[in-house]
Amino acid sequence: MNLGHDALVRPGLGQRSWQQKSNLGWLFCTACTTLLLSIPIITVLYSILLPRSEVWLHLRSTVLPDYILNSFVLAAGVCLGTCLLGITTAWLCSTCSFPGRRLFSWALLLPLAFPPYIIAYTYTGMLDFAGPVQTSIRNFFGWEYGDYWFPEIRSIGGAIVMISLVLYPYVYLLVRTAFSEQSASLREASHTLGTGVYKTFFTIILPLARPAIVAGLTLVVMETLADYGTVHYFSVPTFTTGIFRTWFGLGDRIAATQLASILLLCVFAVLLAERYSRKTVRYQNPTKTQKFRYYPLSTTKAILATGICCIPIFLGFIIPAFQLSIWAMHTASEMINMSFLVLIYNTVLLAVMVTMTVVIAATLLAYGKRVSTHFSIPYAVNLSATGYAVPGIIIAVGVLLPFAWLDNTLDTWLQQKFGISSGLILTGTLASLVFAHVVRFMAIGLNSVDASLAKIHRSIDDAAQLLGHKTFDRFASIHLPMIRSGIFTAALLVFVEVIKELPATLVLRPFDFNTLAVRTYELASDERLADAACSALLIVVISILPILVLNRSIAQAGVLHGSQA
Amino acid sequence: MAAKLDVRNVSANLQNESILRNVSLKLEPACIAAIMGPSGCGKTTLLRALAGFLPVSSGEIHVHEKLLSTSQFTLAPENRHIGMMFQDLALFPHLTVRQNISFGLKSLNGGDKRTRTRQVLELTELDHQGGKYPHQLSSGQQQRVALARALAPKPEILLLDEPFSNLDPDLREQMATGVRKILKHEDVTAILVTHDQHEAFAMADEVGVMLDGRVEQWDSAYNIYHKPRTRFVADFVGLGSMVPAKVLDACTLETEFGQVSGDFDPSFTSGQEVDLLVRPDDIPHDDSSPITALVEEKRFRGAEFLYKLRLRSGNFVLCYAPSHHNHQIGEPIGIKLDLEHLVVFARNPTERAGNLR
Repeated sequence: MNLGHDALVRPGLGQRSWQQKSNLGWLFCTACTTLLLSIPIITVLYSILLPRSEVWLHLRSTVLPDYILNSFVLAAGVCLGTCLLGITTAWLCSTCSFPGRRLFSWALLLPLAFPPYIIAYTYTGMLDFAGPVQTSIRNFFGWEYGDYWFPEIRSIGGAIVMISLVLYPYVYLLVRTAFSEQSASLREASHTLGTGVYKTFFTIILPLARPAIVAGLTLVVMETLADYGTVHYFSVPTFTTGIFRTWFGLGDRIAATQLASILLLCVFAVLLAERYSRKTVRYQNPTKTQKFRYYPLSTTKAILATGICCIPIFLGFIIPAFQLSIWAMHTASEMINMSFLVLIYNTVLLAVMVTMTVVIAATLLAYGKRVSTHFSIPYAVNLSATGYAVPGIIIAVGVLLPFAWLDNTLDTWLQQKFGISSGLILTGTLASLVFAHVVRFMAIGLNSVDASLAKIHRSIDDAAQLLGHKTFDRFASIHLPMIRSGIFTAALLVFVEVIKELPATLVLRPFDFNTLAVRTYELASDERLADAACSALLIVVISILPILVLNRSIAQAGVLHGSQA
Repeated sequence: MAAKLDVRNVSANLQNESILRNVSLKLEPACIAAIMGPSGCGKTTLLRALAGFLPVSSGEIHVHEKLLSTSQFTLAPENRHIGMMFQDLALFPHLTVRQNISFGLKSLNGGDKRTRTRQVLELTELDHQGGKYPHQLSSGQQQRVALARALAPKPEILLLDEPFSNLDPDLREQMATGVRKILKHEDVTAILVTHDQHEAFAMADEVGVMLDGRVEQWDSAYNIYHKPRTRFVADFVGLGSMVPAKVLDACTLETEFGQVSGDFDPSFTSGQEVDLLVRPDDIPHDDSSPITALVEEKRFRGAEFLYKLRLRSGNFVLCYAPSHHNHQIGEPIGIKLDLEHLVVFARNPTERAGNLR
């Protein structure tokens, strides 16, 4: 009897001390990772405390108001545009039945494959004075320069349209999911109470989807504030172009960082607003007991619905992709050569290094969060995911300053001690570039892995533990095989994001190291739009991949991969 | 008085499958009807056709002598003035109780709206809950909000789609009688869909039983139970079993209990082999009776025992016995046959044994 009692108690005791030890281990690991990943953000925030330079005072009195105004107008305009495109199409696709609805449901995601700067280059090439559209108008009417009015694409309005066309899928996706999670009987209850289709939309359907709309718009605002390529090309002075100009043009790194800190505070304000708006939403949707029923549309209305869904797909994907393909065909023989292959190699090398680091770190962090019970670990893990909300340019600035300082300190120390020079170990190599990307895209990896881990019921852990498997054992034999597809999704998403990312790469790349995105930017900046088409098209084609995955995972689970911090 | 609801030969299809077949029914004003039937029998589809969510493929639906649905035309739900209480309640989660209730009152001006809202809040005993959100209420309170919301615009007809299915059985009957009182107070014509006969009996003046998209029988609750017109209705409503019998003359049957007499369908001719419906309450337990049967199964119901008994012929009958008559399985007990009305069906050899359900 005694023996049995002992046997019962002993594993329990062992368990507790083991758990404490493992807790400390995980705590240490996550704390280190989190600290490392928050270096850029801490640097940028710290710069607020530094004394203001001449340049800063100059900036504040001359261009800062413009930066603030333009960034605000841009973000507001893009919000409006993405709402208009995203909510209308989401409503049509989730509540109405019309021919091609299924096709549209995922085709509407395609514009997401275009980074804003690429669609901006493409439309500029098509719509500017020498482009095919204006040329044919002139030829047709026999007009000359100045005879007619044509909207200027290289303006803040143009930037709003361009960015809206490729970012509306965020709103569309989240809102469509929200709409289709609503119980059909809510709509029907509203109808039995004498309310028509459109009024029901505004009084019931739309207010209930508010959290999804806000979440979608938050992503949109982040991406808009992070955009550098479009606003630079359109010469719209915003925060990102301002930071760039201050850093490289005026050579004042501190002032540039201080500028970045203001943008960072704006981003945090947006994030907080989103959190707050979600907290005030006290109600929950009733559990969905009925299959979703679609409004049947009359022939005229069905044609109209089809037309409405076609607009963003054509403007945001088919037309620019078509134009890029034409240019690429013309310039392929010239552009595709040894240096293009080097470009691809560099891009893939960078993307693979970042992806590997992110996936491994994310898996460890997510698993650590699962097995450790220390209260602070979830916070730490969430903190290491904030990078995604931070524009690439800010991270670049926040990486460059401390790394340069480290490089210099190390070099000086080595010189003094041993008389050798270490050179620029961090800032002059891929290290800082990879690190910046890891900071920026850690959230994507974490969310993916975390989501698939969360699907594994706790009792599976318990069962494995009772069957004698230790923490790591359990991880290797149970969790890893079960979350393999989640890890794959994470890897794919990160891979593609790295390929699309422009400003961070632009700032941090080592001398003579070019990627597809940077090359596209350079060629476009030189007004060689047709020459830029090959690399641009390649980026777009690669970016279609995660959309397919995204669509499949939504079809399966009705859940977004959760790309927000 | 003209019928409030007049459904004439309505058929309806869902995805090319015919769900309703020639359904006809009439409801007098302020009548509460219940529709029962197994799942998939079309009872919910009928409600949806009445509400206007589903077009009919043939037939007509009139409410208060106004044509609402034909195969050519379906008046939009929002213009029908038909209220509905949904199975999942469908309370608008972002609106307070008061806002939910006044949602359908937009034709009223501010003062009338408030008055009516207060009225139904009081009626449903939700006086102090008006400012709360649906998720802050208990499930019983949520049911009452759903009812109040549907009642507020004084609909011509109120449809209730399995409204109590989310409640535990204890609360169900209590809610059902409570709702009946409210509906009667408001003089509402209502149709309730349910698969629970206790709920139907507690609430309804008339009961319809549906099978395969047809109305099998439309009658008072008493008649549905005691005078089922088809074998299916007899089987679906209440417990019972079929005992073989032979027609002797227009009002006498020969059974293994002896001769029984009463009225039954005159279309049966003497000498014909038939089945006689025997409910458990038709078979009182009597220790002194010369007819005995063996206890096959028994189920304790608190106030009584439900026995499944094997007759000498091998047929089974069900019997309620007061719960102090505790007999062992295999023991013979005395029974009598005490029938007030004879329910007789043509012989169907496949289905005879009564089962404990």
